[in-house]
Amino acid sequence: MHISVALLLELGIILASLSLLGTLARRYALSPIPLYLLAGLALGEGGVAPVPAAGSFVETGAGIGVVLLLLVLGLEFTVPEFTVSLRRHLPSAWVDLVLNATPGAVAGWLFGLDAGGILALAGVTYISSSGIVARLLGDLRRMSNRETPAVLSVLVLEDFAMAAYLPLLAVVAAGGTWQQALLGVLLALAAVVAALTMSYWWGHHLGRLLSHPDAEQLLLRVLGVTLVVAALAEAVHVSAAVGAFLVGLSLTGEAADRARKVLSPLRDLFAAVFFLAIGLSIPPNSLLPVLPVALLLAVVTAATKVASGWYAARREGVGRRGRLRAGTALIARGEFSIVIIGLVGTGHDRLGALVAAYVLLLAVAGPVITRFTGSRPSDPKRSPRRSTPVS
Amino acid sequence: MDVNEVLLPGVGLLYEFVNLEGDKVGVVARRSGDFELAVYGEGDPDQARAVFRLTGEEADVLAGILGAPRIAERFADLTKEVPGLSAGQVEVLAGTPYVGRPLGESRARTRTGASIVAIVRGEDVIPSPGPEKVLCAGDVLVVIGTREGIAAVEQLVRG
Repeated sequence: MHISVALLLELGIILASLSLLGTLARRYALSPIPLYLLAGLALGEGGVAPVPAAGSFVETGAGIGVVLLLLVLGLEFTVPEFTVSLRRHLPSAWVDLVLNATPGAVAGWLFGLDAGGILALAGVTYISSSGIVARLLGDLRRMSNRETPAVLSVLVLEDFAMAAYLPLLAVVAAGGTWQQALLGVLLALAAVVAALTMSYWWGHHLGRLLSHPDAEQLLLRVLGVTLVVAALAEAVHVSAAVGAFLVGLSLTGEAADRARKVLSPLRDLFAAVFFLAIGLSIPPNSLLPVLPVALLLAVVTAATKVASGWYAARREGVGRRGRLRAGTALIARGEFSIVIIGLVGTGHDRLGALVAAYVLLLAVAGPVITRFTGSRPSDPKRSPRRSTPVS
Repeated sequence: MDVNEVLLPGVGLLYEFVNLEGDKVGVVARRSGDFELAVYGEGDPDQARAVFRLTGEEADVLAGILGAPRIAERFADLTKEVPGLSAGQVEVLAGTPYVGRPLGESRARTRTGASIVAIVRGEDVIPSPGPEKVLCAGDVLVVIGTREGIAAVEQLVRG
């Protein structure tokens, strides 16, 4: 077997650098996603340090990264949580959708994008990063705050909306007709309902089938099945990501818990590669021209997220400061905005640059704004991790 | 005491209660098995202050300190207040049929009408054991029911 020295070296340096960046981000309780994007930009063509040998690995890894991101998202999902969120927070979810997708759609239209581009940009501005937000709330010790259930419910409903949105986008972006798009969405919805029904009635059987006391066996089985389903989904133009999400949805209970545990490190690794790949695919010099638009869009959609969080928290009877905390918590955009761009992919260079700039801005600004609103001024400074002893 | 249970989608559950002194206490039980304990402030009742976290293991230790070992005692007190209800202890002896098998397989409640409300295993107490809990030799089952029901559980477990 021939081992490519260049590949190992480049990949090693890339991963070590990502780790360094990640540590830096974590120290300030920020998301590492924007730093991974920046690293990709720096490594891409026209960047400071091109990596020709690792390129094909990064490309392959990125595809697996999307699949794993959505698989683990599906695994997080439980039917009771969804139904409770739906019952209590459906109006908040609508407000969230309308307030935040509209600015993206309008911007896309003004920017002269086609239907696929407009739809993509609407999704980009709509979807908060559940990964960043959930982690942030934990780090800021706000899990037991009264506005938090409303925030988390809005996130769950957003994530679920993605299951209908991604196939729609896949079809529209591929240049399909509206009928095809509609059919795609109906198919996807049917598949989601089927997956949830299966999870509800036969989830434990499926769990028993895939589950194995041995972590290695569990990992191989779940990953194997997911990749096959993802490939089939991609083959029928539903998008691999949606297929993976469905597999995640179908697994439930203990099998899902364990699968999440063994898959999460793998997801983190390949998701990092995915963010890197998106950075790589965008020429750095295309960022500057779109920066003003991205900034404007970021400001507007930060405000609309604050409004939707405010509304959701108010419905729960939370006070003004709590409403503001809920609103600012939702500002961060991240992994899914990038997934959307990964899905639209080639042919939308300007859109890619715009979204990269937009996510760079909000993945950094979101956590910072969240941190400094409604923080307790009298509180002694705490480090974000559990390093301070509790007195 | 009223304990309010709130779902935290994707995270776990939040339990809230107000103690005798009027402090509102929140406990986040995360899916990962970790816990977060909080007391709510006076100025902003929505915001938790004085939050601390416990790993699953630390939470077990805390629960132990706070009174899980008194569980059998407390059930005994309870049965005094309800006529016709008794509490009993049934030991799972080595070599009996249910050693190494899940509690659910004994179908004790269906067959005897008595409930197994806790398992005492050495120093540990497993309160409200689920049907999947596997029994070990030397476990002591805390059973609540009628006198006949408890005797029937004893017979069932002894085989």
